Amino acid sequence: MAEQTYQDAPLHEHRSLWMDVWLAFRNHTGALVGVGVFAFIVLAVLLGPFLHGIDPQYLDIQARNAPVSWSHPLGTDNLGRDMLAQMLAGGRISLAVGFTAMLLSLVLGTGVGVLAGYFKRLDGLLMRSTDLFLALPLLPLLLVIIMLFRDTLRAALGPETGIFLLIVFVIGITSWMQTARIVRGEVLAIKEREFVTAARSIGTRERRIVARHVLPNVMSPIMVSATLGIANAIITESALSFLGLGFPPDFPTWGRLLFDGANFISITPARVIWPGLAISLTVLSVNYIGDGLRDALDPRLRGT
Amino acid sequence: MPTEPAIANAPVHSDRATPVLVEVENLAKHFPIMRGVFRRQVGSVRAVDGVNFRIHERETLGLVGESGCGKSTAGRVILRLYDPTAGRIAFRGEDIGDVHGESLRRLRQSMQMVFQDPQDSLNPRMTVGSIVGEPLVEHGVAKGRALDERVDELLNAVGLSARFANRYPHEFSGGQRQRIGIARALALEPEFIVCDEPIAALDVSIQAQVVNLLQDLQERLGLTYLFISHDLAMVRHIADRVAVMYLGKIVELAPSDELYREPLHPYTRALMSAAPVHDPELEAARERIILTGDVPSPANPPSGCRFNTRCPMATPECSVREPEWRELRPGHQVACHYAGDVERMPAIIKTGEPG
Repeated sequence: MAEQTYQDAPLHEHRSLWMDVWLAFRNHTGALVGVGVFAFIVLAVLLGPFLHGIDPQYLDIQARNAPVSWSHPLGTDNLGRDMLAQMLAGGRISLAVGFTAMLLSLVLGTGVGVLAGYFKRLDGLLMRSTDLFLALPLLPLLLVIIMLFRDTLRAALGPETGIFLLIVFVIGITSWMQTARIVRGEVLAIKEREFVTAARSIGTRERRIVARHVLPNVMSPIMVSATLGIANAIITESALSFLGLGFPPDFPTWGRLLFDGANFISITPARVIWPGLAISLTVLSVNYIGDGLRDALDPRLRGT
Repeated sequence: MPTEPAIANAPVHSDRATPVLVEVENLAKHFPIMRGVFRRQVGSVRAVDGVNFRIHERETLGLVGESGCGKSTAGRVILRLYDPTAGRIAFRGEDIGDVHGESLRRLRQSMQMVFQDPQDSLNPRMTVGSIVGEPLVEHGVAKGRALDERVDELLNAVGLSARFANRYPHEFSGGQRQRIGIARALALEPEFIVCDEPIAALDVSIQAQVVNLLQDLQERLGLTYLFISHDLAMVRHIADRVAVMYLGKIVELAPSDELYREPLHPYTRALMSAAPVHDPELEAARERIILTGDVPSPANPPSGCRFNTRCPMATPECSVREPEWRELRPGHQVACHYAGDVERMPAIIKTGEPG
């Protein structure tokens, strides 16, 4: 039965890995919906301001707390600023912060985890530093870092880039520990598998063993922490903004909108619902994309 | 009696005329046991503790023993997957005990390994083609088209279709996976292959196929094997000489025909008598030597002869003095004070010639 297909397959038809991954990914309904929703959010945030031309900072006191209308599709806040315009502008920042901080924490966490798991000599040192970071009280630490560096960075790189880099950095270096722990555990298990011994007996160099045999096999937990990391980063940024340590108050982000809206929840509940919905949808769609990618990257689940 | 074995040994002796390829002297591998807050070493597991043997070119040396006796560790130390604690390993007369870095990598080209668990020894995320081709890429032997061709050739050599190169290991059966593992071991044209229980994880119906493939390859490519197994019948079939290991030491080493016909060490006798015979009448009639107790811990081996705690013929002397390694017959070495003392030996029923 299966013989037939082997015989029919042309010799050395080079199946590219990414083509296979894409074919499998296409069959994952949740992931496709996730891609759709996420693409919609990204496009809206990038192109929206050109279609909906109201300045998010423009105060229209007469129209304050306005309900949904044609001129203000999502209503206005207590100062008469257009909610849709603020959402679109805030989304850019939130998404950018979420992604960059996630990438930074992922690279750090994976790096530390792989090094600690694979090289026994580094294990003690790296994992104890991980514990150290985990034990640090985060918010006070963030406060101190931001107080110390905000003004210097602002002066050097301009108010927005400076604070953006600072926030991404701060979130990144305070959220890699979980990833590092999970990855280390996984690497410890993979390292003892026979195919790693086999690679060593072949004479494969250590860094190639890590890159070719260890890393691809710890993809699943990395994917999961990546998708959770985005949500975490967006929410931490909100908390920072709420404390007045993030972006300046007139600079909308989803987290900031959410916190500002919370005071007016009884008057205009929409001010909480929209940013909350945007954050949830982003996190959910990224989660599904991560799920789909993880399954598609595993040949055993790919089922081609 | 003494003249008879000489005739049976004739072919084996002519084999042994080939030069020595691998020589192991007093090889030991101790794994430290760490305890406590400060990870102090409180003892060591003496997995391999003073092993001596030679493997001649184009020969198959069988290494048998119970699980946990150190046979796999011995194989891995010889391939330098573990660093030896003591002793000397020579490959083609050259000491490879403390070769490191690039020279060790170069050495790996001529020594390869076939693993026990074909499920676990293939990276699930790599295609068969890249698994088999990995050694070639790593050592810069072949690239591009030449690499593809060589991989096809290797897959054909182990009886697989070259069309499988784009598939993943999970799409294959156990026997096919083991063939992939063998193809990988052959890729660099090694002279010496350690087969670490290559058939233990396979179906009985597939075992013979894989063993025949190994023998076939040996003939065609002039390979030398160290064949580690606990399957006595299979070792008898494939090996020219057999070494019996107990608790980190070799207790008996002899040409395989002779060892199976007339084991001299009481442990070997017990081991032989544990293997079932394929004649039901004989099987029902034969007497078995049933050893009492468990294998002692290799972290704390008994004094004197390591087998004395379970040996049916042990004397007080056995727990005091370690038996020396004696050559009782040409090519038949044994470590037992009373080996050859026929009256003392527990009798075992002759199992007849293999079918």
